[in-house]
Parts: sequence; C-alpha cells; structure tokens
Amino acid sequence: MSVKYTREHEWIVVEEDVATVGISKYAQEQLGDVVFVEVPDAGKKVALGEEAAVVESVKAASEIYAPLSGTVTAGNPALEDEPATINSDAEGDGWIFKMTIDDTSELDDLMDAAEYADYVAGLE
Amino acid sequence: MADTLKTITGNRGLRLEEPLIFEQGRPGRLGVDLATPANTANRLGGNDRKGPIGLPDLSEPQTVRHYTRISQKNYGIDSGFYPLGSCTMKHNPRLNEKLARLPGFASLHPLQPMSTVQGALELIDACAHWLKVITGMPAVAMSPAAGAQGELCGMMAIRAALVDRGDARKRVLVPESAHGTNPATAAACGYAVDSIPANDRGRVDFDALIAKLDSDVAGIMLTNPNTCGLFENDIIRIADAVHEAGAFFYCDGANLNAIMGNVRPGDLGIDCMHINLHKTFSTPHGGGGPGAGPVVLSESLAAYAPVPFVVHGENGFDLVEHQQGAGEKSFGRLKGFQGQMGMFIRALAYMMSHGSDGLAQASADAILNANYLLAELKDTLSPSFDGPCMHECLFDDSFLKDTDVSTLDFAKAMIDEGFHPMTMYFPLVVHGALLMEPTESESKETLDQYIHALKGLTAMAKAGEADHFHQAPRLTPWRRLDETTAARNPILRWTPPESDVQATD
Amino acid sequence: MPPNTPTTSLAWNNSKNKVAKTMRYLPLTDDDRRQMLAAIGVEDLKDLYRDVPPDALLSGPVDLPAHQGEIEVERAISAMAAKNLNAAAAPSFLGAGAYRHHVPATVDAMIQRGEFLTAYTPYQPEVSQGTLQYLFEFQTQVALITGMEVANASMYDGATAAAEAVMMAGRVAKRKKAILSGGLHPHYRDATQTIAGFHGMTLDVAPPDWKGEEDLIRSIDDETACVVVQNPGFFGHVRDLTPLADACHAAGALLVVVVTEVVSLGALTAPGDMGADIVAAEGQSIGNALNYGGPTVGLFAVRQKHLRQMPGRVCGQTADIDGKRGFVLTLSTREQHIRREKATSNICTNSGLCALAFNVHMTLLGETGFRQLAALNHAKACTLADKLDAVDEVQVLNDTFFNEFTISLNKPAAGVVDDLAALGILGGVPVSRLYADGGQMENLLLVAATETTTEDDMDALVRSLSEVL
Repeated sequence: MSVKYTREHEWIVVEEDVATVGISKYAQEQLGDVVFVEVPDAGKKVALGEEAAVVESVKAASEIYAPLSGTVTAGNPALEDEPATINSDAEGDGWIFKMTIDDTSELDDLMDAAEYADYVAGLE
Repeated sequence: MADTLKTITGNRGLRLEEPLIFEQGRPGRLGVDLATPANTANRLGGNDRKGPIGLPDLSEPQTVRHYTRISQKNYGIDSGFYPLGSCTMKHNPRLNEKLARLPGFASLHPLQPMSTVQGALELIDACAHWLKVITGMPAVAMSPAAGAQGELCGMMAIRAALVDRGDARKRVLVPESAHGTNPATAAACGYAVDSIPANDRGRVDFDALIAKLDSDVAGIMLTNPNTCGLFENDIIRIADAVHEAGAFFYCDGANLNAIMGNVRPGDLGIDCMHINLHKTFSTPHGGGGPGAGPVVLSESLAAYAPVPFVVHGENGFDLVEHQQGAGEKSFGRLKGFQGQMGMFIRALAYMMSHGSDGLAQASADAILNANYLLAELKDTLSPSFDGPCMHECLFDDSFLKDTDVSTLDFAKAMIDEGFHPMTMYFPLVVHGALLMEPTESESKETLDQYIHALKGLTAMAKAGEADHFHQAPRLTPWRRLDETTAARNPILRWTPPESDVQATD
Repeated sequence: MPPNTPTTSLAWNNSKNKVAKTMRYLPLTDDDRRQMLAAIGVEDLKDLYRDVPPDALLSGPVDLPAHQGEIEVERAISAMAAKNLNAAAAPSFLGAGAYRHHVPATVDAMIQRGEFLTAYTPYQPEVSQGTLQYLFEFQTQVALITGMEVANASMYDGATAAAEAVMMAGRVAKRKKAILSGGLHPHYRDATQTIAGFHGMTLDVAPPDWKGEEDLIRSIDDETACVVVQNPGFFGHVRDLTPLADACHAAGALLVVVVTEVVSLGALTAPGDMGADIVAAEGQSIGNALNYGGPTVGLFAVRQKHLRQMPGRVCGQTADIDGKRGFVLTLSTREQHIRREKATSNICTNSGLCALAFNVHMTLLGETGFRQLAALNHAKACTLADKLDAVDEVQVLNDTFFNEFTISLNKPAAGVVDDLAALGILGGVPVSRLYADGGQMENLLLVAATETTTEDDMDALVRSLSEVL
C-alpha cells in the first residue's frame, strides 16, 4: 500500500495488518531541530484524532494524533537516543510508532502523496 | 586588528573570563567566620549527615570577584535600551531598593504578633489603596507571588464565585494573541480553553466571540491593550456581553503601563485583573524574578479573594489568615505568608514618587515613545497594523522577505549595535513578530539612535548582506549558543571531571 | 499657544495641583514631546487615545496625592517602618518556616549590581551569561545540598514548590491522590490544597503531628501518587525517612520531602539519600532577609529520570559556535509560553535575584562554612532547649530537633506571646496562629534559635517567661 497523509502532517503506511506512523518532511522542517520524542507505549488504544505522541523541538512541542483508530504495537526505540532521526529521515527511519487498525475504511479519508503535496503547497 | 589579538590568559582587557565556583574551590578557604559552638550536644536522632556535600570553598575576595565578573556579562536596563514588548523594561529607581532595606521592614518576621507589625500592615494597605484607585476597582488581593500566580488567583476567584452560585461552568474563552500563561492558567483551574481569532485590525473578533459565548462559558481572559499593542475598542461591549451571559471578565494587566492614570480598567467593565508590579510599577526584574502579581477584584469577586488579607480591625490593622469570618468564602491560600512584601514597598515608593499626575504623564510618555518609533520605522520595517498604537508597536518580518535574514538574525545584529533586542516571535498572530515597547524611561536621543540603527540594519539586509546577520553577534563575550544540543542532552549541573574523581579514590 | 502647535500636556487631564512638566524619572522634555507629535503627525496627544471609548478617558488625575520628591517619600515610608518592632532589634525566637539568619554584607553588594538587578529573563543568552552562569551554579548547589540529581532555577517559595511537587508526582505516577503529613507546614498544606486541588488532585491530610509519632505507611495504597512529608517537621522532629521512601516505592508512589529550614541540610542526612523523589524547599534562610515573608526563593529538585516532568525554568550547559562553554535556558517546551494549555504548569518567573542571593551566600559559606553554620544553629537550639526545660511551667516536647522545637506552656501560647512582645521579646510562634482549628494545641509554642541568638537573648526569654507564665 502506498503512503497516505493526514491534514496534521502525519504519514501512514500499512503492511499486512500493521500500520507505521510518522510525521512528514514538511512537518519536521516546520518544527526545527527535534530534541525529544515521547513515543506511546505498546498496548495503548487510540481513537482516530486522539493524541498518540509528542515531538519536541527547541521552539515548539507538537502533538502527534492517531491517523486511525487502533492499538499501538510499538514505539520507535531509536528515537530515544537519536531524536534527530526525525529531521534526517522523517518518512523512513524516523517513524514514530506502529499500530493495528480497527477500521481500514478510515484510510479512505486520508490524502495520497500527490494530494498532500498540493495541500502543503497551498499552505505556503 | 586589535580584536583578533590572542592573549596569554584568554582575558581581553576589561573583559575577564570567569570559571564556575566549583572550579575554584579549595579546602582551607572560607568566606565567613563563625563562632565555635558552645557545646557538642546532639539531638538529631542519629540522622547526622555522613559524607561530604561537595560544595566549593572560596574566600570573600574570590566570591566578590566571581560575581562582579559574571555580572559584567549581563545587559540590564541600567546598561541600555531594552525594548521588550509587554515586559515594560522601565527604570528601576534606587530609592525603592533603599526603602525596602529599612530594618523596620527587612528584619520583620512574617508571624510576629500584630501589635509589632502595624507599620507593615499599613504599608500593604497603602499599596493596595493606590492600586485600587489607579484601576478604579473596589478590592485587591495582594498575596499572589507573580503575574502568573495572579492569573491563577483571578481564575480561581471566578471559579469559586460560580460554584458558590451553583453554576459551575466548563469553558474559558481566550484570544489567539494571548500570552501562553492565559490558556495554561485556565487549564490549571480545570477549564477547557476555546480560542477566539483576531480580526484584520488586530483586535478580538467581536462576532466570533459572541458566537462562542454561551451558558457554559465561565469567563473570558482578555489583555487590554492587547499583545499587539492595540486598545480593544469593543471592550465595553465585550464586558456587557460577557456579563449578560452570566460569565466573568478576567483582564490580563501586563500592559497596564499604557493606561495607568488616564483610563481605569474598572470603568471598562472588568471583574478582575492581575497587575505585574515588576512591569508597570518598576520593581526590578532581577534576571527573571521575583515578581509580584496583586489582583484587583470587583464586588462580585471580592469575597472569594485568597487568604491572608489585611483588614482594619478594632485595634488597628489585622490579618485574616484562615477561611473563617471575613475569609469564609475565600478560595484558600496561594503561597506562604503574606505575599511579596519587598515588592509592595518598592511599588509604593514608585507610585508615591510619581503621584497621580506623574503616573498619568509617565503613561502618556510611554504611548508617545511607542508611536514615535512606529511613525519613524513604518516605512522601514513592516508594521502589522495601522497606527496609532498604545505603549508598544508590532512589526512582522515581511520587510525581510527575500533577504535570507530572519527576525532572529536581525535581533542578533541589534545586539552588536548595543541594544537588547525587542520581543521576537510573539504574539503568534503575525509571522516573525517584532514587538517593541520603549517605555517612558527613554530619552528622545536614545530612540533616535535606535531608529537610525534599525534603518541602517534594514538597508544592509536589503542590500544582500545576509552574512552580517547570520554571523551576529560578533562583539559579545559569547557568540550564538547551541540551544538544540542543550535540549537534546540536558546538562543541568556541574559534575567533577573524571580525572578529579579518580584522584580522590 | 500658536495654532497647530501639538498639545503636549495632558490637556484633558487638568490637574488642579501644580504639575511639574519635569519629573525625575521622565527624560522627555516638552520640546521633545512637541517634535515627536509632529513626527507622528497628530495635533494633540489625545489623538493617540482615539481607540479608547471617550467616556473612559479620565478628565482629571485619579484621587491620589501628586508627585513627591525623595525626601517626602522616604519620610512617609520610613514612618511606617518605624512603627514595627523588627526582629533584628529584639531577642527573637520566631521560626515556623522563616528564620532570622545573618546575611553577609557581600550578598547585598552583589545583588545590587545593576547588571543583575535590572536584567530580564535570559532569553538572549549572548548578553545574559551572568544570569545564566549563576543559575547553573544555583542548580548545582541545590542538587548537592538536597542529595538529588537535578534541580530547577527556583520557584516562588517553598509552599508553591510543594504544591507543584504534588502535581508533578500526579503526572509521573499517573495517579490522583496525595497524602500530606501532619508535620507539614500549614501554609504548605493550604497552598497545596488550593493549587493541586484545583488541578484535580485529592489530598488526604493527616492530623497535626506535634508528638512526632505519625505513621503514614499504613495510608499508602495503589491510588497514592505521593506522600508529602517535612523534615525537620513543622513541630521540629527529625526523622529517618528511608522506611517511608521504601514503602512509597513499593506501592509505585513517590516521596516528596519538604524542607523549610535549608540550613538543616548542613547537619542532616540529605533527603535524596533517604530516598526522596522530589525535594521542595524554602531557601530564604540562605542569603535572604526575613522581609516580612516575601519575596523568598523556592527550591525544587528531582531525579534525572523525571526531568521532563519538572516544572519551572531550567538552565543547561552548552557551547557557542566558537566552542566556548556557555549556558542557556532549556527544556522550555514544557513551559506555558510554548505548550500553552498543555504546559506542565503556568509558572513564568523564577525567583531570580533571591536565587542569586542564595548563591552568593552559599559561595561564601562553602562546604566548611555551611556545615559550621548548621552545627552552630543546632548547638544554640540545644542550649536553649536545656534552659527552657528548666523553667517549671515549660515542657520541651521534642526528643529530636535541628534548630526549632515545640514547647508546651501552662496557658494559651498566643496570649503569652503578646505579653512577651510588650516586654520587647519576640518569643516564638504560637501553633494556634497557623491552625484555624487549633483548639488542643493552644498551649503549644514553636521556638527557634539560630547563629544570631545570643546567650543574653536566651536568658531574657527565660526571665520573661517566668514572669508571664
């Protein structure tokens, strides 16, 4: 499945039953140097739009919302020592958490890469 | 060039390097001479400290030199122009310092019997009286320790009043332009915060406010003049609407300097307002504190004021310290003892020195100075709103478009020119904000020099000299500091280097 | 006045008093004002007030005296000061959370330097390394004396520090209940109830523990976020808190230790070494005069692992682009100006100048002096306790104490204190003053001694007590 985006600048990729979530390149640029990430614990249930994680930079702290409803299976352990990975590889190694999905139809409401690129262009 | 000279010590003339106290301690040094205890009795119950604490030992001359040298690395109001918006960096009179140190105040214990502190209670009462008359409000809570605690006090009084009336509500309305303490305070009182947008004139959008005002709104928190330096024209209409909805009007008094002596917040319909004595009434900022945040209150909120408070009793002044009698409806106590007495003395000295005529003149001069800056800089920088402004003027960074110079870079270049920069990136309602508040303490010569410098810097930015700004500051004892690493790997205390530790094993 | 000349006076604000156009704190001259109005392009100063509702613009000065010179202001305020009996001029045995210590002359000389006094919060670190360096030193000293891993750059006072500690424990443990010891200073208890209570914490308050016998371990359960205990306690008792700390940790709760007399840390086992998770203390004893109770300086220290939940300002070490060591405010994303409604607290200011005063005094004391000061305080209190115990109508209740203890009299202590005041002696703090419902404690008096207490002072107290009891 190809990557999808939310209006809050999260991305999500689904493989088999597990979704991986992070923030977009645009989001990390806006935040600046990331200094700390609060990843959710495995087992945490989240509803669509509920706060799931926090990304702190020097000048701002940003809530990361669950793009879908489900249960967290893991937070990215690498971010504890290297929060800057979000800056260097936001849409790859800088993933923030993985989760199972309750309702795959929620994916339909999200933007694909082209739609997201248009959306970001409209913001600037 | 002289400034690239390498010295042997690392000192540079009058600019002297100074390590931490921990790097200068040596056993055998002492900065005090204390008497020997007369006995060796021990009633500590076996809880004696075992092992060293790790504090450094220095002599008095070393201590004086240490703090003198590090003080010289600081910029203060005494040094120069400090146009921080909403901070009101006005002159801190030394008379205030002298009077706060009178032994009859400085040596008073807060729990002395009332008969021995009548003068102290009289002073608190006098300071309270001045604050009430200046603001046109019937009551004041003197105890909050700082502006933010004053906000908490105001919101707690509102909540207590609503609960007492059996009408606890759940939401508070806060403008987008508000200082972050406002929503933080509302949340600390258990309220959900609803944001109100600004209109294109920089004021609260009245219609948007009305749309959100229902019977679940406990109150509104408004700053007036607002954080863009503009007087909220609709304020009386807003107050009326808020009261009609059964809610309360909290006013953030950070910008009181714009109106003191010429406008009374009480006449505008507010229910409570915190006052920053360290802003409007010249008590010193001290590098970050202490402040004081007394809160003026309307009749509808007065009964809920925190304890303790001063009253006129049968035998002179008295303190109500418990939630009984006159304090029965009080929402409780906010801090230890009576409040920031040292700040009351300073503020009263300031207010008495100015008098009602002087306070009005000071406020008018503050407005004049800010409008002068706005008028002289409006074609150079990019003002966010049409004038006139009140005591501060707001610009955004559109004047720096395509120069590759940010608001931050511009501010750092101002440091090399000998100014403390204005407030940056606040309020959030404009991009790359530059908020300037000159205060009444500045002469026209200072303002002219500042204007001239900013015009020069802007010309340089537009001429493509971005590097000048990216490298700034260059003339300060420290260049730009790495805030990212400080946040990623916080080091919040000194620890002895490894080699020292090994040597003692 | 010629036409079209801008009006500089507050013409609509007609004072019947003689308004000097000059006032010593206002540098603008009438000439300046005229030029500036012209540059702005308005006819009248009043035009700058066009956004103010016309009815709200005052037509005369408010009903307060007109401006006065230094001589008059000094006279008026000195007259108020003269009406007080100051604790430095009389034998004084008052404690209960504020202590009369000697502040060395150097302290004031340093904090009165304009670069410290008139500086703002160090948001532009390149021109604020003075403030930032002393904050870093302060944080280190606080961590050292409390035996904790990390401290912040100070709070308003000990009482608000205690309230913030309870809220932090709630965040860390993700629980809502706090147990407050009966030996906790009533102001601290009250401030915690007000602030943490509004924040949704429930507070379980133990009865006043003047005997020093309470057992809080029994009250801890799996809903407890923290236990808050003061050591030395409000009534003076000194305890080993290790068993309590262990019990808290076993239940997943935190131990908050309050210290109202920081000089005690020069003689006692540090709270961190007893197992404290958070230390909330009052720093007034070091560097700060009594000042009728304010401003003072709150100390706040925690364990490294809880760092990001710690409220207040924090200063951290870093380097500049040339690699030179320097300091900056850090971890500010927890604070209100960025997190807004999600902030860890709404606090803006720390107690800057009072923290500097603490630092300067601590520097003069150092390891050796701090321990000597503590030893001297304890020795004085022991001498005082012996002398008071010898008075028939007085009973010293404490087995253990640092520099303050509770005595029981043969009549209500509040009246005794008034009688002593009439004799020019500040004899101590009646416990009933701090408890609204102090009924059974009305005969109890808190008595403190410090390095400033002389043998003559003690004898005067003993003599006077024998008279009035």
